[in-house]
Amino acid sequence: MNSNSLVSISDISKEEILRLLNQARYFEEHPNHRILEGKVVATLFFEPSTRTRLSFETAVNRLGGRVIGFSDASTTSSSKGETLKDTIKMVSNYVDLIVMRHYLEGAARYATEVTDVPIINAGDGANQHPSQTMLDLYSIYKTQGTLENLTITMVGDLKYGRTVHSLLMALQYFNPTFNFVACKELQMPREYIQFCDEHGITYHEYTEFSPEVINSSDILYMTRVQRERFTDIMEYEKVKNLYNLNVAMLENSRDNLRVLHPLPRVNEIDQDVDDSPKAYYFQQAQNGLYARQAIICRALGIDIPQIENHDNK
Amino acid sequence: MTTNKKELAVAALRNGTVIDRIPSSALFKAVEILGIEKLDKHVTIGNNLDSKKLGTKGIIKVADTFFPDDVINRIALIAPTAKINIIHDFEVVEKSSVTLPQTIVGIVKCDNPKCITNNEPMKTKFELVDPENRVIRCHYCGHCVSAENAHIK
Repeated sequence: MNSNSLVSISDISKEEILRLLNQARYFEEHPNHRILEGKVVATLFFEPSTRTRLSFETAVNRLGGRVIGFSDASTTSSSKGETLKDTIKMVSNYVDLIVMRHYLEGAARYATEVTDVPIINAGDGANQHPSQTMLDLYSIYKTQGTLENLTITMVGDLKYGRTVHSLLMALQYFNPTFNFVACKELQMPREYIQFCDEHGITYHEYTEFSPEVINSSDILYMTRVQRERFTDIMEYEKVKNLYNLNVAMLENSRDNLRVLHPLPRVNEIDQDVDDSPKAYYFQQAQNGLYARQAIICRALGIDIPQIENHDNK
Repeated sequence: MTTNKKELAVAALRNGTVIDRIPSSALFKAVEILGIEKLDKHVTIGNNLDSKKLGTKGIIKVADTFFPDDVINRIALIAPTAKINIIHDFEVVEKSSVTLPQTIVGIVKCDNPKCITNNEPMKTKFELVDPENRVIRCHYCGHCVSAENAHIK
């Protein structure tokens, strides 16, 4: 077990979150460093994910490290029945850091228990995806100038969407007000509502995506209603178009409002929103690079002062 | 004749452990969790006995065996009402209840089919997150379940 591993956003404190955001800002200003020279990072993607894998690999490359790995488990020994434990132990012999995505929930936590190499969880089923949360936090911080006292409206699939769950938990330190907009089938699960109650977080639940909700928000966090999360396809067809956003709906919204989306989007954000200055989802994806550079450095125990010293040499 | 029958039903224990007040429905799970079938000592198991508190109850008597707390507390999951009596020389020298442990390893099966523990040869691990409502949470996938509804392996 390596204590620099990052499996869940709830593993790290408010101070660490703020430190990572500062480091992300540093990397945005200076994206290229050769501080990972001589380091090898494995990206093990047992489930495909283009965006996450490419941004992690770009982050390593921009920091001067080398990448090995796979983007599809069907080409590996796990398709022959090798256990996750054996795959992780084998890869641990070769690399300094493992970034992994897996379709099973809890896979990354288990991986940390079988190796001393740090593990970064790049998504485990519907469970955790902390680097997404860090880039969401960084995007909110950048566009609003603060994380404190914001009104965050989460729209769409609040039941299965792991990004909204992790973001909710990470924002607990910053006195947020939440609006949860979802149909009955996809409402925020009881455990997260309970979490808000226990932490004194203000929230409102709506089934209607109304102008009042939009116009009172600082952040609109849109999510895709994912077909693959439904066992009943009829249920999916019924709810998939209920919470779509178009540019006219932003007309009377606050000037500081920004629209976020973890991507990929399908039709929940109309193309006409893309040209609005309030659309932020593409920059949000770009912020993922800087957030992940910061997370990689944390996992390898490299701190900002060290980076600055390195620059001055 | 009647006296004889009674004696057989409550054969006295010289030294050992009596686990009393086990809900009838949980008796055989308790036997399994404590690994009693592997013991070579005298074991007496009774079930569906009359109980004022529970209606019916189960009881386990094991001669010359004393379970460590962390072992006996495993049955708190399914038999929170159980009472433990330690017997020395036919006398009860200690009575205690069971308490749900903070961490439960290798007993509960996670209900989430997509949990890593249902797909790898590994031990499950649950943490007690809400002692009041007896809610336990999978250490790996985060799935929560109440102790009463926990699926025992």
